[in-house]
Amino acid sequence: MPPILELRGITKKFPGVLANDHIDLVLNEGEILALLGENGAGKTTLMNILYGLYKPDEGEIMVRGEKVEIINPHDAIRLGIGMVHQHFMLVPVFTVTENVMLGVESTKAGIFLDRQAATERIQDISSKFQLNVDPLAHVEDLSVGVQQRVEIIKVLYRQADILIFDEPTAVLTPQEVEEFFKVIHSLIEQGKSIIFITHKLGEVMSVADRIMVLRGGRVVGATSPKETDEASLANMMVGREVILKVEKEAAEVGDITLNVEDLHVRDDRHLEAVKGVSFQVRAGEVLGIAGVQGNGQKELVEALTGLRKIEAGFVGLLGRDISKASPRKIREAGSAHVPEDRQQDGLVLSFTVSDNLVLNTYYESPFTKGLNLSQKEIDKAAQERVGQFDIRTPGISIPVANLSGGNQQKVIVARELSRPIKLLIASQPTRGLDVGSIEYIHGQIIRKRNEGCAVLLVSPELDEVMNLADRIAVMFAGRILAILPAEQASREQLGLLMAGITESVPAEPAGVEA
Amino acid sequence: MSKTSKKPAKPEMEKDERSFLNRIAVRKGKFEAVLVPLLSVFTAFVIGSILIVFSHPESLKAWGNFFQNPWGAITTSWHSVINAYSALFIGAFGDPKQIVEAIKTWQSTGETRALLNAFRPLSESLVFTTPYILAGLGVAVGFRGGLFNIGGEGQLFVAGLASVYVGYSVTGLPFPIHMLVAMIAGIAAAALWGAIPGILKAQLGAHEVINTIMMNYIAFRLTDYLLTGPMIAGAGALPITPDILPSAYLPALFPDPMRVHWGFFLALAMAGVVYWFLWKTPLGMEIRMVGANPRAARYAGVRIAMITVLTMVISASLAGLAGINQVLGVEHRLVRAFSSGYGFDAIALALLGNSHPFGVVLSSLLFGFLRSGAARMQSFAGTPVELIRIIQGMVIVFIAAPEIIRGLYRIGRTKKRKTETKKVPAG
Repeated sequence: MPPILELRGITKKFPGVLANDHIDLVLNEGEILALLGENGAGKTTLMNILYGLYKPDEGEIMVRGEKVEIINPHDAIRLGIGMVHQHFMLVPVFTVTENVMLGVESTKAGIFLDRQAATERIQDISSKFQLNVDPLAHVEDLSVGVQQRVEIIKVLYRQADILIFDEPTAVLTPQEVEEFFKVIHSLIEQGKSIIFITHKLGEVMSVADRIMVLRGGRVVGATSPKETDEASLANMMVGREVILKVEKEAAEVGDITLNVEDLHVRDDRHLEAVKGVSFQVRAGEVLGIAGVQGNGQKELVEALTGLRKIEAGFVGLLGRDISKASPRKIREAGSAHVPEDRQQDGLVLSFTVSDNLVLNTYYESPFTKGLNLSQKEIDKAAQERVGQFDIRTPGISIPVANLSGGNQQKVIVARELSRPIKLLIASQPTRGLDVGSIEYIHGQIIRKRNEGCAVLLVSPELDEVMNLADRIAVMFAGRILAILPAEQASREQLGLLMAGITESVPAEPAGVEA
Repeated sequence: MSKTSKKPAKPEMEKDERSFLNRIAVRKGKFEAVLVPLLSVFTAFVIGSILIVFSHPESLKAWGNFFQNPWGAITTSWHSVINAYSALFIGAFGDPKQIVEAIKTWQSTGETRALLNAFRPLSESLVFTTPYILAGLGVAVGFRGGLFNIGGEGQLFVAGLASVYVGYSVTGLPFPIHMLVAMIAGIAAAALWGAIPGILKAQLGAHEVINTIMMNYIAFRLTDYLLTGPMIAGAGALPITPDILPSAYLPALFPDPMRVHWGFFLALAMAGVVYWFLWKTPLGMEIRMVGANPRAARYAGVRIAMITVLTMVISASLAGLAGINQVLGVEHRLVRAFSSGYGFDAIALALLGNSHPFGVVLSSLLFGFLRSGAARMQSFAGTPVELIRIIQGMVIVFIAAPEIIRGLYRIGRTKKRKTETKKVPAG
């Protein structure tokens, strides 16, 4: 029997980049193929070719043994290929049924929507694959994990046999990831075939049947979980030895740098998002804030950096009250901020690399002299930082948009860390980055901590928090449920706290200093 | 994910709209910034030539007899197009033969009369170009700062009113002082007219497009009132203000009938100043930052509200200078029709010039020469001046929808694909 999907010699060039270089891929019916690779390795390009978003320059695609041409996503859907995107494409105010029907509306008498028929089909799909989704619920009321299952239903509703998942676990809690893996297995049992794109090694090891590793647009290895381990996968992905565990000595804790007392903050909808949070960060330590996204971390960070108004409470930086200070004043007081959304908040994508490296210091000497910006000084500083922080860019005068995600993040890190700072607030500093960049940025954060800087690390990636933090605070529904010393915290414990379950956790209550 | 989390509708809309402005008014890359405008202008002229054929009775008749004499239809059409466009060219630049003759006469006799007449079309073109540059710069600064200033025309009117008032009512000041005071009065009036929607936007989030349009109406009616009452030249006369004193003139560069004046160089200088300001000063960087990504600007410590008001004030002042230029340099008084929509055309100019000062100068030259040449095209070739408006309109459509140009010339395919898939998250 021919494989359900086969790619032969797929090649795709972009100006200056060979994104896919003669890639061969085979997906057999009923198996899970993990496609592993760093950002820029060509995973997404390859999947976009398969989904009809790009046209390959060379190579052919065979589905169920027959050569096919996929010009657009409609062709892909017709051939039974479905894609579950990393960012959900759902209309929040619509019901599950309405979302699923969008684009493939069933009708009565040709013009009237037949919600009933669609609801029944969704019910069938939901029970067949144990997805447990209520077709009549509004999407905005569903948790992220359930929303993802709605996306899966959308694909199944369109009768896909080959499912492509693009970084499906990026937005899930550890418990939700477990649920998701169950769903994946039930899909396989029902005869579906799956391609799973990821750069998380642990997931690959636990869920994949076969693993294909891409690097620089080429297949650099094909293996299976039985034959390999995480370390050798990481090496294959990056092309060199990678240290997965950050080496760090015990913290040499100094004075209180950041003092937060009973902080209350509202979100964009004027609902209280941070409900009385208190903690301290001392010089020379990393306080990690773990928690599923959307539990007030974003609002907390924005309040601490002056981007969001504080309703009540106190924020002190080195003994100074910064509760009402502007972002610029807070920065000038010695605080650095690596924002959660680097492209929206951290960079002006159309500006050059050198302008972005002085994005919040351009008005200071030596970058401004009298009335004028000194391009010479700006470029000189940029040149130094590009070298010092290993930013891979063809030049400092090209728009930062042309850099890879990892290098964009390095631009922000370089800008924030090359100043004499006392406090670093890093929000999801490695989101969406490849292993090599993560290793580098983690190293830089620890370097700053060892130099005596206080670090507040906010990340929904439990591994990251456990790896870097000296103390771990878990945030849930706008409150800090517990602050634990990192060496005492277990994954299970933290996972339960992230889900809001506080019983059986032998921890100090929130607000008490660890 | 922050991207999937719910946000109130307003900032989202804001973002989309800014990115729309950034997409069409602040384009990136050589293709978008240079090739699209050039091909748009070329394409508009090609389509314009079809309209010439249709607007010409003779060539229409020739097409009626197409089956008797197909060749005749084609040659007649060809001739009418050539006639119209060459009349347009001569109207804009002057007649090369006449210019050569005039230079010869001047060299042999020292007589300048013929020379002035020969160069008069060129001078007229520059007279049209000057307010275009100034108003275009105004809209361009707004675009760079993420604001769509549709109020250029109103700002131009109030600036004209203020400077004409100072020009005729203030007496006893010597030449450059009087002129400068009149200018400053005009700029102040325009700045105020721009500051109002700027403050409404910064403090209340009221949309600047709507408010600048409304400010236009107020300016027009204010002009009507002042011209028919307080500022009228003589009782019961036409709605025209008194003439300004010669001490307030923007001086002409040459004797009559050449009308081109120092305002042209003022406009070029302003283009240089705007370039310096936007790209070489910290304040200019803040304006561009707010325009390109207001969230990052906030993160970087820029005071968005202050920059929004400042951008509107600068934008309006430049548009106001266009009105001041018309009053002090060309009309020397104010009539209701002293601007033929310069403030509105400025939007097109800024788009065509990619909101870059030098691009605005080039597109203003194009529009100025077209406008100036159109009169001759109408009288000599019988092609209505409205053709120019149609060409201008088509240029803007192509700029705003560059996919048309891409499709027509089959270029930039990979680029389009790339931007398209940017929406697909990277894995």
